[in-house]
Amino acid sequence: MKVQEVEKITKKRKPAVERRKEPEHPLEPWLRMERFPHIWCSTCGIGIAVTCFIEAVKKLDIPREDICVVSGIGCSGRIAGYIRVDSFHTTHGRAVPFAVGLKLGNPRLKVVVFSGDGDIVAIGGNHFIHAARRNIDLTVLYINNFIYAMTGGQLAPTTPLTAVATTSPYGNYEHPFNLPLLAASCGAVYVARWTALHVRRLTNSIAEALQKKGFSFVEIISPCSTLYARKNKLGTGLDLMKFYHEHSVIAHGADPKEVDIQYQSEIKVGKFVDIEKPSYLENYNNYLKEKLGDQFKPYGEFHEEEH
Amino acid sequence: MAEQIRFIQGNEACAEGAIAAGCRFFAGYPITPSTEIAEYLSDRLPRVGGKFIQMEDEIGSIAAIIGASVGGLKAMTATSGPGFSLMQEGLGYACMAEIPIVVVNVMRGGPSTGLPTKTSQGDVMQARWGTHGDHFLIALAPESVKETFYLTIKAFNLAEKFRVPVVMLMDEAIGHMREKVVLPDYESLKIENREKPIVPPEWYKPYEITTDFISPFAPFGSGYRYNITGLTHDEMGFPTNNEYEITQKMDKLRDKIMRATSQIIDYEEMYVEDANTLVIAFGSVARSAKEAVEYLRARRRKVGLFRPITIWPFPEKRLAELIKRVDQVFVVEMNQGQLIHEVRKVECYHKKIFGINRYDGEMITPNQIISKIREAR
Repeated sequence: MKVQEVEKITKKRKPAVERRKEPEHPLEPWLRMERFPHIWCSTCGIGIAVTCFIEAVKKLDIPREDICVVSGIGCSGRIAGYIRVDSFHTTHGRAVPFAVGLKLGNPRLKVVVFSGDGDIVAIGGNHFIHAARRNIDLTVLYINNFIYAMTGGQLAPTTPLTAVATTSPYGNYEHPFNLPLLAASCGAVYVARWTALHVRRLTNSIAEALQKKGFSFVEIISPCSTLYARKNKLGTGLDLMKFYHEHSVIAHGADPKEVDIQYQSEIKVGKFVDIEKPSYLENYNNYLKEKLGDQFKPYGEFHEEEH
Repeated sequence: MAEQIRFIQGNEACAEGAIAAGCRFFAGYPITPSTEIAEYLSDRLPRVGGKFIQMEDEIGSIAAIIGASVGGLKAMTATSGPGFSLMQEGLGYACMAEIPIVVVNVMRGGPSTGLPTKTSQGDVMQARWGTHGDHFLIALAPESVKETFYLTIKAFNLAEKFRVPVVMLMDEAIGHMREKVVLPDYESLKIENREKPIVPPEWYKPYEITTDFISPFAPFGSGYRYNITGLTHDEMGFPTNNEYEITQKMDKLRDKIMRATSQIIDYEEMYVEDANTLVIAFGSVARSAKEAVEYLRARRRKVGLFRPITIWPFPEKRLAELIKRVDQVFVVEMNQGQLIHEVRKVECYHKKIFGINRYDGEMITPNQIISKIREAR
């Protein structure tokens, strides 16, 4: 389009996104208010995770155009559409490889993956372990509600033993995943777990994860009152929050092997792993600079000049 | 850079064509017979400021190139039959979200693991209809190493211009054949780049219905802060269930390609003016078909050749004109008959349309074509 044409349009039409002058909600500049009300059930923990993420980003003062949110499919997959940053709602389980491409496509970006339990370890398990192994500079915020909620409450790879789901009507007899252990053993540099109740600690933890160079991982245990709690007769979302209050134990530095979650028992939370290790691009740039010398332009630095 | 004379494989020509077109990101997974493309680019890309990554599988590969394309780079992946099957999910996503990518499929025998080291043209229909739902994309088929180089550039140009995935349908014979190629001065090539928005962010509609149905594409990180989704979406890129918006989106995906066929479609013709027998062949088979046509012409048989270079969208308009004039049509392909269905769609009642097929992993020879044409009389 030519400049004159644009001027013609901007004079005649209304802007595509209209903003009110007085924000109604303190997070309004960060949220796509035109998309509200959101699709999540009342007492769902995903909204809390979104708020904690935005608070963390505000705290770090990261420019808004540098942040990208990538999500897959499921309840947590819808997060991308509600945050007013460049957002990428991808296919089921593939949020991580899309994010890997995006990060390498423009290394200046801070790429954050929001993903649920089915998304990231069932269908997307392979992508997850390889991104962690490569130590690609991504932050994965993983929302664990122990069930496939968007499709109506089916068994997830994280559903605890004996818990009921629509595809395990007699109770689950499969051993569930211990995600902090998986992430740590694959090479993640930052691994933490909090529940939706620990908002202040969760916010701080997300802020730490965002600052980390490399693959950082935060598990957010989130109540699902509509499916997980209802199927298992655990009460409302509020009852689950009370349960988290009574049964979560802060265990910083705990061995990830010992943080697996049993049905309605103690939940160990805290920061389990925080190590320093060269990230994927740091390794790539250092190593190829050594091999190729002046023929090699460090990747990422080159890209910044262009943008 | 001055002209260079090289003796290279089709796979290497494809990789070099990508560099010439401005491709700066490649994600792939090793698979015979396409692996040389990944090997070549793993060496070449770091020297031109690009990035190569070997992913964990083909699903991850296509996801990564879509991500990189959204990040603002021209991106490509290369695979063969089994990997192409895995990529169908991402291909559908790129169609729906209108992300420009290039997917190279060096065809080998199938189904399943099939014939990894043998040639085939069995993925013609998979390239068009492999992913679910109505969708439109572009597929190109080169017949020589030189043409592979130029068609790869064209593939990027079309992808960038129309915001659509473009499939390079090579076959094993082209991929592994070595020929002399004169690489041109890259500065002299015509390179298309995606149209970027010039309106301020609050005026930007990422999927705006424009007169040519192609919306300007803002890379992530440029301050436009918009949403990309694989769900059927409205002009703003947000999921919709509104019947009108859904129809509008689906029509946009169709019309941006089908109303621009004159800019996309490319084909080659030989002796078609006075022909009464038409041979239709593409890819490496077209080389045998050309030899057969020359042989029969020398013996005063009025045989012509039509070679679609653009397989999808299929050049049916031009073919309809040609078929009207001839008595017989032979469709030569290395499969049990796929492109022949498209030819029958063009003219299904009055003409004798025969298939000349081979699917044992070997090339169709000129003799096979000549004897079939002679038998049919």
